[in-house]
Amino acid sequence: MPQLTYREAISQALWEEMEANPKIFLMGEEIGMWGGTYAVTRGFYDHFGPERVKDTPIAEMVIAGAAIGAAMGGARPVAEIMTINFAFVAFDMIVNHAAKLHYMFGGQMKVPVVIRAPGGGGRQLGATHSQTPDVIFAHFPGLYVLAPGTPRDAKGMLKAALRQDNPVLFIEHATLYQARGEVPAGDYTVPLGKSEVKRPGKDVTIVTYSKMLQISMEAASQLAAEGIEAEVIDLRSLRPLDLDPVFESFKKTNRAVIVEEGWKSFGVGAEVAARTYEECFDYLDAPIKRVAQIEVPLPYNRELEQSALPKAADVIRAVKEVV
Amino acid sequence: MLFVEKYKMEKADHLKLYKQMVLIRRLEEKSAELYQQGKIGGFLHLYIGQEAVGVGAVAAMKPQDHIITAYRDHGIAIAVGMDAGVMMAELLGKQTGCSKGKGGSMHLADVSKHFWGGHAIVGAHLPLAAGLALSFQYNHADSVIICMMGDGATNIGYFHESLNLSKVWKLPVVWMVENNQYGMGTAIERASAVSEIRQKAEGYQIPNARVDGMNVLAMKEAVGKALEHARCGEGPYFLEAITYRYRGHSMGDPERYRKPDEIKKWQEDDPIGQYNEHLAKNKIAADSELDAIESEVEAEADAAVKFAEESPNPSPEALWEHVYVSG
Ligand SMILES: Cc1ncc(C[n+]2csc(CCOP(=O)(O)OP(=O)(O)O)c2C)c(N)n1
Ligand SMILES: [Mg+2]
Repeated sequence: MPQLTYREAISQALWEEMEANPKIFLMGEEIGMWGGTYAVTRGFYDHFGPERVKDTPIAEMVIAGAAIGAAMGGARPVAEIMTINFAFVAFDMIVNHAAKLHYMFGGQMKVPVVIRAPGGGGRQLGATHSQTPDVIFAHFPGLYVLAPGTPRDAKGMLKAALRQDNPVLFIEHATLYQARGEVPAGDYTVPLGKSEVKRPGKDVTIVTYSKMLQISMEAASQLAAEGIEAEVIDLRSLRPLDLDPVFESFKKTNRAVIVEEGWKSFGVGAEVAARTYEECFDYLDAPIKRVAQIEVPLPYNRELEQSALPKAADVIRAVKEVV
Repeated sequence: MLFVEKYKMEKADHLKLYKQMVLIRRLEEKSAELYQQGKIGGFLHLYIGQEAVGVGAVAAMKPQDHIITAYRDHGIAIAVGMDAGVMMAELLGKQTGCSKGKGGSMHLADVSKHFWGGHAIVGAHLPLAAGLALSFQYNHADSVIICMMGDGATNIGYFHESLNLSKVWKLPVVWMVENNQYGMGTAIERASAVSEIRQKAEGYQIPNARVDGMNVLAMKEAVGKALEHARCGEGPYFLEAITYRYRGHSMGDPERYRKPDEIKKWQEDDPIGQYNEHLAKNKIAADSELDAIESEVEAEADAAVKFAEESPNPSPEALWEHVYVSG
């Protein structure tokens, strides 16, 4: 199988789907002439032209909103929000409109929009530019909130997102763009709203997604060297949230650690742990542990920033507390 | 108010507009009663006084055109031809309502008639309108969307981002402010840096005009011109209709912010009254014909209420329908 970076995988998904479906167009800040702040759309403007690769003003409300409106009108826009931190400016469009129009008007309107946004910390960008607010969006019924952690999933999920009719927030991780991985040759999709076991194991279940998948896999191989076999489950999608593989795994391992990059309070760990307690109480051998970001606005200083973000060592420590 | 020869219209068209305005008003009166009886819940924003704006605007639309508005949407629903019973059923939250009882008064829509709602977050439908216009442009359709909004909506960020983008991208949209003098209880001059709202469009170099929103024919003509401007690839047009709402902002408005005299003054220019006078004076319609319309409307409004009241509530399963598009 070919090796691609996460960036190349996303770029290919967009390119191939645009070639296949003339309804798809892109809009966002600096996606055209500049080639995308994270270079995901480099070369698109020259190939597809300004009609299909639209540079917008710095106006997140109307970037998200016009993409939603164009989707209502039958197009398939992909809006890029430069980073997910700026999606707060467009929050009302995403959660009050994209997520609700289909329901609120009794099924009359469809909103097949994909909003792409890179997120995550670790690049010394300071508190406003380094967030992982995925759960906030995942709170809202009506949206799909996807956050792939591998090039293969990124390409396959983005393609799947562009072939269905629900509004999607597609959260990329800014520090994964260089990550390499195997990607099937040719056309394929990855089903949306399906978790996947990324590494089988029998001693403990690690539940994670996006960048933290990388950290968790690293932790799992170090644990294996010490004779602890962790099963790593990648959620891939926060809404819909597929916990069946988690429950299945937990019934085998009886222990779980949940790893997320965002803050612990009201987070992915809280949700997954609560549901696991509800569903698998009789299988519980230890308290479910959560690994997450320290609850401060992420600082600029490199050491301070790194000390606030979850690392493989934190995952290993948590696992050792439960096995 | 002067009507001049330039409004050349068939008699049947005149009577259609007249009937729509009378029907809207009668349905609004009925809704107020139903609200007081506790049969309509939530918020209810009446269109009484503003009928000429919506009816005139919709009358100017071509079959390929579209319209979107805020929560004060009953008048637009009727003007685009939504069945009065279906509208009333939505107000009562019934399964037969246009939004299957899940939207309510503020979320009427009929996409098959190119009416995209009914939106309750002030200003939020402006970017949606820009996007719908973008879809027409992208598909090389010669459709235009009329985006109605209140004067209050011109102070929110959405307004400025949407106007700017519409100009930069030359989107086929007619921005149409219904200046009814207030946003809830706040008079324009207490909320807007310019009280001639039209001037806000100047900042984006969007051609604009003020129009008498109490005069349905003036509305129709102004919107017609605006639509043609937008249709020819010239980009957006901006209209400010001067109008007034007779009732409170919504039901239960204590109305401490205005005096009854002010309402009376505007009522002298009543859009239905002056149109009636115009039709009679110019011998376009006989008094008896206009009276006949009144009784027709009365029967239609009664039938609408009856249909709505007798319609079933949504089934319990409807709760789970349409969260996502299936398939
Ligand atoms: C973003 C937002 N802020 C506040 C409100 C509450 N609200 C509803 S209507 C309204 C006044 C709007 O006035 P205007 O735009 O002039 O419309 P009108 O009611 O006069 O038709 C307000 C403040 C809201 N719905 N949305
Ligand atoms: Mg107003």
